[in-house]
Amino acid sequence: MVVLNEKQLQEICKDMRADILRMTERAGSGHPGGSLSAVELMAVLYFNVLNHKPQEPGWSERDRFILSKGHACPVLYSAMSRSGYFPVEELLTLRQLDSRLQGHPNMKALPGLECSSGSLGQGLSISNGLAIAAKIDKKNYRVYCLMGDGELQEGQVWEAAMTAAHYKLDNVCAIVDYNNLQIDGKVEDVKNIAPLKEKWQSFNWHVIEIDGHDLIQIFQAYEEAKGVKKKPTVIIARTIKGKGVSFMENVAGWHGKAPNKKELEAALKEIYG
Amino acid sequence: MESMATRDAYGKALVELGKLNKNVVVLDADLSKSTKTEKFAKEFPDRFFNMGIAEQNLIGCAAGFATSGKIPFASSFAVFATGRAYDQIRNSIGYPHLNVKIAASHAGLTVGEDGGSHQMIEDIALMRAVPGMTVIVPADGEEAKQAIFAAAEYEGPVYIRLGRPKVPMIFDSNYKFIIGKAAVIKEGTDVSLMATGIMVSEALKAAQDLEKQGINACVVNISTIKPIDENTITQVARITGAVVTCEEHNIFGGLGSAVAEVLVENYPVPMERVGVKDTFGESGKPNQLLEKYGLTAKDIVIAAKKVISRK
Ligand SMILES: Cc1ncc(C[n+]2csc(CCOP(=O)(O)OP(=O)(O)O)c2C)c(N)n1
Ligand SMILES: [Mg+2]
Repeated sequence: MVVLNEKQLQEICKDMRADILRMTERAGSGHPGGSLSAVELMAVLYFNVLNHKPQEPGWSERDRFILSKGHACPVLYSAMSRSGYFPVEELLTLRQLDSRLQGHPNMKALPGLECSSGSLGQGLSISNGLAIAAKIDKKNYRVYCLMGDGELQEGQVWEAAMTAAHYKLDNVCAIVDYNNLQIDGKVEDVKNIAPLKEKWQSFNWHVIEIDGHDLIQIFQAYEEAKGVKKKPTVIIARTIKGKGVSFMENVAGWHGKAPNKKELEAALKEIYG
Repeated sequence: MESMATRDAYGKALVELGKLNKNVVVLDADLSKSTKTEKFAKEFPDRFFNMGIAEQNLIGCAAGFATSGKIPFASSFAVFATGRAYDQIRNSIGYPHLNVKIAASHAGLTVGEDGGSHQMIEDIALMRAVPGMTVIVPADGEEAKQAIFAAAEYEGPVYIRLGRPKVPMIFDSNYKFIIGKAAVIKEGTDVSLMATGIMVSEALKAAQDLEKQGINACVVNISTIKPIDENTITQVARITGAVVTCEEHNIFGGLGSAVAEVLVENYPVPMERVGVKDTFGESGKPNQLLEKYGLTAKDIVIAAKKVISRK
């Protein structure tokens, strides 16, 4: 496990944002908005929190990361490649025929992926299975699961929430990317999920609310979750969809649209200054 | 040639239908931009309901609308509408035979870059297996439009399979779509190409290629997969003595299976199936995928020659 300081993490976040934009521009499709909102959450996780060996993706003691909101795989692929799972150059094959970097994660295609996703609402159930298996096998690994806020509208999420609390899965840490946008508009307009904190609390989860772009708060939340016993933890991270690119921020239209060459250049300028 | 996506035809038809029939309501699950129900939503905000990312809830809610005398059209991507909500379709809609129209877009490999998780290749099989469900796969924009109107007229559950990409227009307004009727769109005596959806235009191309090689192929558009047109299928099989089915779907459970069932019971002839050979799709451009998975006019030509050799 590498541990980066705040400055190094900030630099990594810039590279990850650039990766997301370059990948989707090259592919001509993909999901930049919800990838950009999760950059800090993923950077802290992959560089400072996960107990993993990128050179040995099958290591049995590794922490597991489940990308439940599979459409945001550009941010996952970027975090994986920059932490050593595969060469950074491969990122540019995203969504092309025969690429290991499928448009939504395919665990049979790429070592290091812990599940196949893309159909929203399924990741937390998978996480519960991994977590209960860890308890049976007396293993210490933790399971992290990133979900979208719109994704929480799926009933299965709440079936899984009940399950994790029922089995006291303190090795499960869910993260909600609370960017308040889904495809058809604002989450509160399409179908309100508030009050979110109270929902999770009433499901017997330990809830931590943070600014999802603040590296220190993110790190502290992951650390706090490790110390919580007999309960699963959810980190509700307030984020901005499209974060870091002014014309993408808070615009629903950038959910599933790739930037063109010009937009990519403008975005890279903003990111690197 | 003019072209149009069947989902675009759906979006337009819904608006027309909404004007004519106040009982039509539309439900979506956070995909109204892609399924094209957003046009209806803009025109009739009081009769549009976004269920959010909750397909089981979408289908269940449509059932309630139907028992209240509304004509609900419920839309999402084919994979979520029929896959995620299968039990709701079966038990809340199919079992009581309710008047719900499930119009799902982004069926098949031509979803493209989103990859295997999103490329629905089992929906025809699933929907066909629900007792009493009508299953329609329009071949082009005109047929899609007419199918939407026909579905609204018909009393009972209907599944309409729509696609993402633009497809060539095959029919004009002189064409008359009737639920349960297959259409012979090119006569022929050597082999029958029975196709559905986007594969109809591929079958027409294949027929042209075969013509150049002295093979006279008949092309049949089977847009209603259920109830299937046993008469036309049997008649055409009698004339040609060999059948190739063509579908953007798994070869298990779809058009090929439905035609085979008709033939074995009525008039067995050699048959080949062009379709996805029991494998998931992957990311790629729609045309690359059709080529890689053997769903082009070229593949139909090969299958036609093979089936003729088996006569
Ligand atoms: C079961 C299911 N239904 C619908 C979709 C289509 N879809 C993909 S992303 C998305 C919106 C996701 O919104 P959110 O969870 O808020 O993600 P984010 O804002 O983080 O991108 C939808 C509806 C899907 N992938 N899976
Ligand atoms: Mg969101």
